[in-house]
Amino acid sequence: MQSVHALEVRALSKTYGTGDRAVRAIDDLTFEVEPGEFLCIVGPSGCGKTTLLKCLSGLLRPTSGAAYLEGTLIERSPDGLALVFQEYSRSLLPWMTVGANVRLPLLGRRVRRSERRSRAAEALDAVGLTGFEDKHPWQLSGGMQQRVAIARALAYQPHLLLMDEPFASVDAQTRADLEDLVLDVHERFGITVVFVTHDIDESVYLADRIVVLTHRPTTVEEIVTVSLPRPRDQIATKELPEFMEIRGRVIRLIKGETGESDEGDDIPAGVVAAHEEVPE
Amino acid sequence: MTDLSTQATTVESHSRTIRWLRHGAPAAAGRGLSALTPVLATVAIVAGLQLLVATGAIDERVFPRPTSIGSELWDHVQQGSFWESVLRTLEGWALGLGLAIVVAVPLGIAIGSSSSAYRSVRFVVDFVRPIPSIALLPLFILLFGIGMSLKTYIVALGCFFPLFFQTMYGVQSVDPITLETARAYRLGPVMRFVFVSLPGATPMIATGLRISASIALLLAVGTEMVVGVPGIGYDIYRAQYAGERPAAFALIAASGVLGILMAIGFNRLERVTLRWHPSQRRESGE
Amino acid sequence: MTRRLRAILLELWLPVLGIALWWVLSDDSTSPFFPPLRRIVEAFRDNWLFARIDTDLVPSLTRFVEGFLIATVVGVLLGLALGLWPLARRALAPSIDFLRSIPAPALISVMILLIGFGDGMKVAAIALASTFPILLNTIDGVRGVEPQQLDMARVYKLGYWHRITRIVLPAASPQIFAGMRVALAVALLVMAFSEMFAGTNGLGFFIVFAQETYRIPDMWAGIVMLGIVGYAVNLCFLAFERRILRWHRGWRATAQER
Repeated sequence: MQSVHALEVRALSKTYGTGDRAVRAIDDLTFEVEPGEFLCIVGPSGCGKTTLLKCLSGLLRPTSGAAYLEGTLIERSPDGLALVFQEYSRSLLPWMTVGANVRLPLLGRRVRRSERRSRAAEALDAVGLTGFEDKHPWQLSGGMQQRVAIARALAYQPHLLLMDEPFASVDAQTRADLEDLVLDVHERFGITVVFVTHDIDESVYLADRIVVLTHRPTTVEEIVTVSLPRPRDQIATKELPEFMEIRGRVIRLIKGETGESDEGDDIPAGVVAAHEEVPE
Repeated sequence: MTDLSTQATTVESHSRTIRWLRHGAPAAAGRGLSALTPVLATVAIVAGLQLLVATGAIDERVFPRPTSIGSELWDHVQQGSFWESVLRTLEGWALGLGLAIVVAVPLGIAIGSSSSAYRSVRFVVDFVRPIPSIALLPLFILLFGIGMSLKTYIVALGCFFPLFFQTMYGVQSVDPITLETARAYRLGPVMRFVFVSLPGATPMIATGLRISASIALLLAVGTEMVVGVPGIGYDIYRAQYAGERPAAFALIAASGVLGILMAIGFNRLERVTLRWHPSQRRESGE
Repeated sequence: MTRRLRAILLELWLPVLGIALWWVLSDDSTSPFFPPLRRIVEAFRDNWLFARIDTDLVPSLTRFVEGFLIATVVGVLLGLALGLWPLARRALAPSIDFLRSIPAPALISVMILLIGFGDGMKVAAIALASTFPILLNTIDGVRGVEPQQLDMARVYKLGYWHRITRIVLPAASPQIFAGMRVALAVALLVMAFSEMFAGTNGLGFFIVFAQETYRIPDMWAGIVMLGIVGYAVNLCFLAFERRILRWHRGWRATAQER
């Protein structure tokens, strides 16, 4: 008896263009995500992370291979999937209030008005924005706007939450708060999360497992299990030796891929050189 | 009264519209096919009209066959009197537009450069501006009699405000940082004006020219129709009055062609000025 | 307080001075074409307060409003369709380009030939001429909708209706309103023109008729009235636009700060 994966990606490939101008963005990508899991996806810059997310959310059709959401093939618009973009200012609607923005996806689901309001209120409460329903998104700070986008996804009650480098556009302090918010939400509601980021520290901090991607044509380099205890803490967790070890491993994997320093993430002094497994 | 930012939006997006109207499809796959679509569609529309009239679905006494309109147009094009009329219309157009430029652009620059001047003038201008210049046509008839100068003054009056406003907005829209930089480099007011403000304002002035050119054509033709001064408008009126429908529609079509040629010419001018304009406008719009 | 007072004075000194000068300088005018301002004011009072409101002002305004509303509905609907459907837009581009290049007075001629004289012709001419700025601006606004917003709508499985009413139309509305502003001026122009050229009542007709019968102060009163109508219509529209686009101003203000 086989349990259904929350997300299953099989040999997914996407090529842009044709002939000799063809660009193979992703090639033969395969991995699974279990229900309730928090999966991070990292890779060198320029690898097809965004392409992958677009294929998973039905915005792009893959050239070959397929992805399955709880056993159902993902085609145009998969059901029960929410996507949080990096640029909140472009996906939140400026002519609507925060409350209206959060309620918007529920219009597509034929939910009664009273229930729309209550779900939106719950979602805003979960992200700590109660009382902001009547403000407009552009009246809020960047971090708060991203919370609105997360609340919008939560109100939708998705089975799978995709997040595309959602905290790349905010400052470090806000990013730490938002990371903890996402962990809290994940804990509370038990949603399966697929989180794309280029920030290695962030990925180790958040994930149960990390999918490390290769350079283009992108495929899975390795899947790293993060055995750190939950609940995670910005200070305590990051002081653990296991954190440093996993982090080092991921960085080396990516560094080995590109053969050069990636995104300024320098390996701290004292850590063993590349391609050596740290003994238990 | 008009928000400057929405004015900029209109300029920027109008060039987008110009681009799609002129060039149709973007450089996607199947370039040949997408160039063919407008041609095929237009032919289909004309053919469809021809069919509707020929079968009587559209009464021929109301709207003649496209083929007879076409042959009328062809006949006209071969006659000197047609081109004489075209020239008369263009003469009024050019004189009026030229007069408007000479008055409106300097005024626009002057008022645009001074905030207190702008605010002094604002009420009067906002009140006078919505008055269509043809409302003053009867007065101008009394003042100037019927002739070319009447047409010239009506056209000039109608073109004044768009040109004035666009020039003014153009001067006001120059990035203050650029001006500050110029000032830091010790450029005097005249130099700043010539090398910063004027080039910065040129695209909007070019837009004003484009808008005014079509208004000028409109007013020239309109004056000819209402008053009877020689030109295409007068010919249209005569054909319409005499019930010569193919001729009337042919002349109307000719005026449309004139309008298109004018639009193409001034669009090109506008795009040329936008191209070498510092990219500040591009960033703010998109 | 003095700052506000100064601002108001700055805006008012020229018009007040202008009118005062006009009054004084023209008071003993014997010119047939520029009667004393006093006479014009009298003629204005005699005609427009309130004698000819029903016979001339109301018909003019009715045609204007009808034509403008038709143009708005047609322009926005057609603009939506063409904005969302690239094939149709490319196909119809030359035809639209051609029609909108025909000078508006010639369009009046077209309507006379097709419909004959009368109110319907005027409304049709006003509507036709005013449709184009709205149509073109709507197309542009629709095409300029932020793609991420449409992506978001697809991911959340919003239907066509919601996508168009909640996303496309609001996103395009600043552009649409800009087009409507231009259309307002065009509508006024065609209204006056059609009444001067082929009318039996209305403001345009009144001005021309007064001129032809040498009732010059009346003619001026008509011109002033037309100016007031234009100004008032503009003012109302701008107030309306300001309310609807309040979000837009706020949004742009914060966007520019970045």
